[in-house]
Amino acid sequence: MLQVSKLNAWYGASHALQDISLEVNKGEIVCLIGRNGAGKTTTLKSIMGLMGRTRGSVTFKGEELLRQPAHVRFALGLAYVPEERRIVQGLTVRENLRLGLVASKEKKREAELIDEIAKIFPRLAERMDQEAVTMSGGEQQMLAIARAMIAKPDLIMLDEPSEGIMPVLVDEMFELFRSMKAQGTTVLLVEQNVELALGIADRAYVLDQGAVVHQASARALLADDEIKERYCSV
Amino acid sequence: MAGLSFDLIALQLFAGLALGAIYVLFAIGLSLIFGMLTVVNFAHGAFYMVGAYVGLYLISIGGNFWICLVAVPIAVGLFGIAVERVLIRPLYGRGIDYPLLLTFGLSYVMVECVRIAFGKTGYPFDTPEVLQGAVDIGVGYFPLYRLFVIGATAVVLLALWLFLEKTSFGLIIRAGARDPQIVRVLGVDVSKVWLIVFGIGTAIAGFAGLLAAPLQGVIPEMGGTILAEAFVVTVVGGMGSIGGAVLAGLLVGVVVSMTSLFAPEMAKVSIFALMAVVLIVRPQGFFGRAGLMS
Repeated sequence: MLQVSKLNAWYGASHALQDISLEVNKGEIVCLIGRNGAGKTTTLKSIMGLMGRTRGSVTFKGEELLRQPAHVRFALGLAYVPEERRIVQGLTVRENLRLGLVASKEKKREAELIDEIAKIFPRLAERMDQEAVTMSGGEQQMLAIARAMIAKPDLIMLDEPSEGIMPVLVDEMFELFRSMKAQGTTVLLVEQNVELALGIADRAYVLDQGAVVHQASARALLADDEIKERYCSV
Repeated sequence: MAGLSFDLIALQLFAGLALGAIYVLFAIGLSLIFGMLTVVNFAHGAFYMVGAYVGLYLISIGGNFWICLVAVPIAVGLFGIAVERVLIRPLYGRGIDYPLLLTFGLSYVMVECVRIAFGKTGYPFDTPEVLQGAVDIGVGYFPLYRLFVIGATAVVLLALWLFLEKTSFGLIIRAGARDPQIVRVLGVDVSKVWLIVFGIGTAIAGFAGLLAAPLQGVIPEMGGTILAEAFVVTVVGGMGSIGGAVLAGLLVGVVVSMTSLFAPEMAKVSIFALMAVVLIVRPQGFFGRAGLMS
């Protein structure tokens, strides 16, 4: 579904990604792991079209994306939940969800889709007309995920969804990812909590200093203490 | 002080609101454009002036004031859209001073073009007949046209509020002003939104110029003065805040109006004194967010 080959990206003069190649097949959960600064976030940003200078190839459902702006990538069925959650200040929970639909073909079914997503996220349902930034970090993260999911993307990229969130909510969230997968959504996940991520992932890529240094099935990696120690310990 | 009755003060207050209404219309466009595009539009006064001249021209070819109320904002807005698309768009991502310098230069070009087309001297602009005269508003007789200016401003503000709060496009604007990147990630072509916001902002400026024309006449330099005063309004209200622009616009109008009653020679200085006081007490203005310009 998603094919990244020899992807390079730069922040100014600094060469942030060096020949990253990876693929995500339909229905999979694929995880990117590695230390801070390994290039995980930059990889997601490049796939979504948020990096200034990139080279290589990113194809999604057979279409080359690298020269397309972010909004075209969204229209093709790609969704991205950035690390900082980006819940918009001054907007209610409902307005944030509506924002997830403004550019979507499904916009006409807005009310119906909001009801649908509220069933999946009962915590949000209770707070629909509350200003979104007044919620806890975990609830805001749920909202960011709901906002990205509401337009029913084919592939959703999540950057550090568990960061700074209460453990009980993290469990709830990962349970949700499992059910998303069961319903056919494909997930590309960046996660600091390696054990947890490998617990739900099918496959994983290990990044270090802007390059892919290892790839394996999640199960194999979970058992491979040496790799985990070398590339993932903080 | 015998002449300074309560009624006189109340009437002067109303006069201040009418003056403030023009500031409000001018400043919300300026604020909307800054909040969304981070473009400090130094040509805003020129668009305001063009609005008055388009009205003047339409009336000279047989149109009336009511047609102008609709046609002027449309014409000025379309012109604004062309300016954004052709001149401002190539400068995005280069820092705040590029579009600032461009619009600064553009305002001179626009003023000069109007001078060539209409001459350097000003023109009077007749108040439409049905809005001439004065009405009793309880505390005394108040010019009907000024009342109309206040009413028309209220209608524009209400329409803008409904547009921003109740429509999907308004939602995109509110979100995009805070976080353009997330709006892009959610599939919105932000450059289109910027184009339309610039069009709306300049359309309102043109509308304000038309409303101001019967009050002060029409001259090519009319945009320069109000631009300086409107910057005071946006600074006092908070850069990028529409609510702040409304409150500060009315406040500045009332302050100017009141000082011209009590100390006429200080009227022009008073708004800058107001700005200084606000900046000392609250550097980001009434509703501004700190650090926007950095």
